[in-house]
Amino acid sequence: MDIALAVTVGGLYAAGIYMMLRRSVVKLLIGLGLLSHAANLLIFTAGGIVRGRVPVVPTGQSQPIAEIADPLPQALILTAIVISFAVLAFALVLIYRTYQTLGTDDLDQLKATDT
Amino acid sequence: MNSQLAVILPIAVPLATMAISLLAWKSIAAQKWIGCTGSVLLFVSAAALMWLVDRDDIIVLQVGRWPAPFGITLVADRLSAIMVMLAGLVMLSVTVYSLATIDDRRVDYGFFPLIHLLLMGVCGAFLTGDLFNLYVWFEVMLIASFVLLTLGGERGQLEGAIKYVALNLISSAAFLAAIGVIYAATGTLNMADLAVKLRSFPDEGIVTVLAMLFLIAFGTKAAVFPLFFWLPASYHTPPVAVSAIFAGLLTKVGVYSLIRAFTLLFVTDLAFTHNLLLLIAGLTMVTGVFGAMAQSEIRRILSFHIVSQIGYMLMGLALFTPLALAGSVFYIIHHIVVKTNLFLIGGIAERRFGSGKLSDIGGLQQSMPVLAILFFLSAMSLAGIPPLSGFFAKLTLIRGGLETERYAIVTAALLVSLLTLFSMTKIWAEAFWKLAPEDARSASPAIFASRHNRFALFGPIVMLVSITVGIGLLAGPVMKVSYAAAEQLLDPDTYVDAVLPDRLQIEPDRWQIENDLTQHAPTTNRDPTPDRESIAVGQMTPVLEEAFQ
Repeated sequence: MDIALAVTVGGLYAAGIYMMLRRSVVKLLIGLGLLSHAANLLIFTAGGIVRGRVPVVPTGQSQPIAEIADPLPQALILTAIVISFAVLAFALVLIYRTYQTLGTDDLDQLKATDT
Repeated sequence: MNSQLAVILPIAVPLATMAISLLAWKSIAAQKWIGCTGSVLLFVSAAALMWLVDRDDIIVLQVGRWPAPFGITLVADRLSAIMVMLAGLVMLSVTVYSLATIDDRRVDYGFFPLIHLLLMGVCGAFLTGDLFNLYVWFEVMLIASFVLLTLGGERGQLEGAIKYVALNLISSAAFLAAIGVIYAATGTLNMADLAVKLRSFPDEGIVTVLAMLFLIAFGTKAAVFPLFFWLPASYHTPPVAVSAIFAGLLTKVGVYSLIRAFTLLFVTDLAFTHNLLLLIAGLTMVTGVFGAMAQSEIRRILSFHIVSQIGYMLMGLALFTPLALAGSVFYIIHHIVVKTNLFLIGGIAERRFGSGKLSDIGGLQQSMPVLAILFFLSAMSLAGIPPLSGFFAKLTLIRGGLETERYAIVTAALLVSLLTLFSMTKIWAEAFWKLAPEDARSASPAIFASRHNRFALFGPIVMLVSITVGIGLLAGPVMKVSYAAAEQLLDPDTYVDAVLPDRLQIEPDRWQIENDLTQHAPTTNRDPTPDRESIAVGQMTPVLEEAFQ
């Protein structure tokens, strides 16, 4: 399972970086989305994968009986998903406005503010 | 005032100001009043924090009374307090300045709530003691800065914003990945706990890989050598007040995180990490200043100077001696004051002629002699001419470099400060010295006519210039504060002890033993001192109850 997830993470990173290297702004944005998904999945995989054990301590015990799924990475991912969702929504509006104002979606054309 | 309350105030005050000014969404005048009051309160609370930290060394607040490393920790050590204090100062001057320069349309779209949101993120990043919270504060700061950068929707702004957004999101993704890997390796995200665990981590290679991931993530935010391209592409596009607050604060959050990470967490392989930092510092200085020399627009020149001066701040960190690190802290203090000020002055020049291009403007020395003096003092301070603040900052760094016999970086630093002087002279000669071009749009708009506006424009600049001169004249006390901050940074144990007073219990094997023991017999191996006892799980100090009584 770990291997499959690790390969998926690698694939997502590769696809994300490939998309970001394209000239279209939309593809840049898709690439950023893939990149943040890759990071989330990386946290999930790195946090350790345990099948079907909830992190609940039974009554009368001071610690869980068997190995449990660590809830912290999931909490981290949840926060990160919300944040990246908000940021991507902003970026979508931004590229739409940019396209309206500049009339192009080609990153090579956006160099008026460069040095 | 309760000292733990002081730690949360720099975050709570901007939050409250933002909420209240959102309620006054319809009224521009009310938003301006609320914005200014909020900035004054933020400055006062930052000053109070500074005073309390100077008294108590480190103030720790365990939010929700969960003991570290399980809960959220807010820590204010000397460096954090200095940074929060500077944030308050920048915020105060920029808010006053924006009263005259931000047009009503931008205020209408929420300029004041947004800068307070930005400040909440900045102060949160300075005060947090937890890596994931640092990420969240970064994002709070970023989303506010995205909107501030695009507010108004002009062509240049949108174009600059695409680059700014894309590169900052990439660095956020790298930061998030680094957090995931460091959690997998150590099982904690609390910085004090990490400091302990990384020190005795069995595999040094993984620690170095982590250090590099954090270097990329924070380095992009700080605009260090190969990762700085978003900065000169975007910082000159928004209105001057926004540019100034970005220039003063945002990159410094990255620098602060680098200093925190490379003094507290990654200090096991100094030969590799800190030599790499030194190389990056040198290249950042040189490329930044060459970029600045090639430019011919005030704010673009100043943007490239930010990059070159980030190099100085890293230089002190990379040399890693108390003197050099004190130089870094001093440099940050000096730089935030001077750079904000130069942007504000550049803004007035731009306003006067309707353009920032050096070829379109001139003759400011005759038409605005006061502005000329103020610019001269700040520019000389940036270049490091005694007796202004920049001189002492550079002197300390260079002495730190000579002490450790790193002559290459010392040469680079001296050369770069000469070139800085050169490009400052260029602005001086073109904008102030030469006669105004024939076809210059000598638009002296109504903005300079009213006394209110003149106060709003020149008040902050005069204040910041007098601080630069003041730091120069009173370099001794400021140096003492910086030195104390540097010594504290180089002694991570005090930080760890402050955050984890019950450190031994929390180490995993001890934790296990303790749990076993408590089931059979009364505990014997606990430290009996009451303050330690009281922070053990289950019976925590009623911090917040005290705070609200």
